[in-house]
Amino acid sequence: MSGDKVSIEISKDLYEKAKKFIEENGGFKSVEELVEFLLEEAIAAETGEGVAISPEDEEKVKERLRSLGYL
Amino acid sequence: MVSRPHGGRLVLRVLEGRRRERLLSEAREMPSLEVGLERAIDAEDIARGAFSPLEGFMVEDEYLSVLDRMRLPNDLPWTIPVILDASKEELRGVSVGDDLLLKYNGRPLAIVTVEDVYGWDKRVHAEKVFKTRDPGHPGVEATYRRKDLLVGGRLELIDSPPNPLEKYTLWPLETRILFKERGWRRVVAFQTRNVPHLGHEYVQKAALTFTDGLLVQPLSGWKKKGDYRDEVIVEAYKALIEHYYPKNVVVLSVLRMNMFYAGPREAVHHAIVRKNFGATHFIVGRDHAGVGDYYGPYEAWEIFKQFPDLGITPLFVREAFYCRKCGGMVNEKICPHGPEHRVKISGTRIREMLRRGERPPEYMMRPEVAEVVLGHGNPFIE
Repeated sequence: MSGDKVSIEISKDLYEKAKKFIEENGGFKSVEELVEFLLEEAIAAETGEGVAISPEDEEKVKERLRSLGYL
Repeated sequence: MVSRPHGGRLVLRVLEGRRRERLLSEAREMPSLEVGLERAIDAEDIARGAFSPLEGFMVEDEYLSVLDRMRLPNDLPWTIPVILDASKEELRGVSVGDDLLLKYNGRPLAIVTVEDVYGWDKRVHAEKVFKTRDPGHPGVEATYRRKDLLVGGRLELIDSPPNPLEKYTLWPLETRILFKERGWRRVVAFQTRNVPHLGHEYVQKAALTFTDGLLVQPLSGWKKKGDYRDEVIVEAYKALIEHYYPKNVVVLSVLRMNMFYAGPREAVHHAIVRKNFGATHFIVGRDHAGVGDYYGPYEAWEIFKQFPDLGITPLFVREAFYCRKCGGMVNEKICPHGPEHRVKISGTRIREMLRRGERPPEYMMRPEVAEVVLGHGNPFIE
């Protein structure tokens, strides 16, 4: 562990494939950055992370959606 | 669940309650800047999260980074500058650190905390964003008409600009909650500025076969002469959805956003915005957001190769046509027959027929849709 980072292990084969992917496509500076991006996307996709809203405000939104016939 | 907002967090910068009252009262003392509808729409898109992670109009570092690299300074993909222009006279007495009241039609719209005031080279801007300096390009022409200074800074929205289609307008927070309530995990977004013909329907249904839901977003905002009126597009889609789609697989919602005709750059921009609405997939048309012959037919597809870190999947769906031999709507990838069997579904031709009051044939446009358009006294902008 170094600072706020931890080490994880992936197969060398996968690491090489990821490295090649970055060389060919750009968008990421390192395999670490690619792995972090993919994990963040996957976790957020399951948890709805990134949208901060109180239950009261969520209910207000649902009320509007209901009144407009969307729900 | 749906896509993570671009940059990780959905931006919400709409003033409410006591804070709104307090700032509104303080705003009377602030320097102010009157803006037109296009900037008012930008301000609302920022404040309601459509442009997440942007929290305001771009400061110079962000602007130059987007112009040169198509990325924000933190490397996040972003292809279209979101900028607020003003003249030297309008900014007289305004300094970095000041709060600037934006007004639309004389009414308070938003407060910008000024972080930067800088000049810009419109010709360089045009070359990079539009790939041309030709003032015949509508985006370039609009750029050259803008004022000489740019103001960057975070903003908070006081009031939305008037929206005649408010009851059809949903913002990212609302679509995200709606998708969650409907249990949609994979959502494909489709942008349009036209009434639907069978080519559009084919593309949408092709995408719907492997997703949970379809978000149809007609763009509302400034339009040019000859464009369909916003309300005609909405009514035409309502008719199509009612008669030709299963219940609860489509959300029809107007998006107020400016159109620049920046072709490939704008295609990526449209995908980013739809990611903020919660879409996981975005349909990118051939010559998406193009105009005239300024861009190659597949440039808007090619550019996505530069953004493996976009976080939304572009769907490059080929143009649909009717094949007499196949007996239905197909595209060149799935139809082996020659041009003699193919009937192109031309939006221009359909428009001409509708303009003459003629009903397009049913292999081009659903009769219920044609009925709506023809039943409208004046479906086109004059």
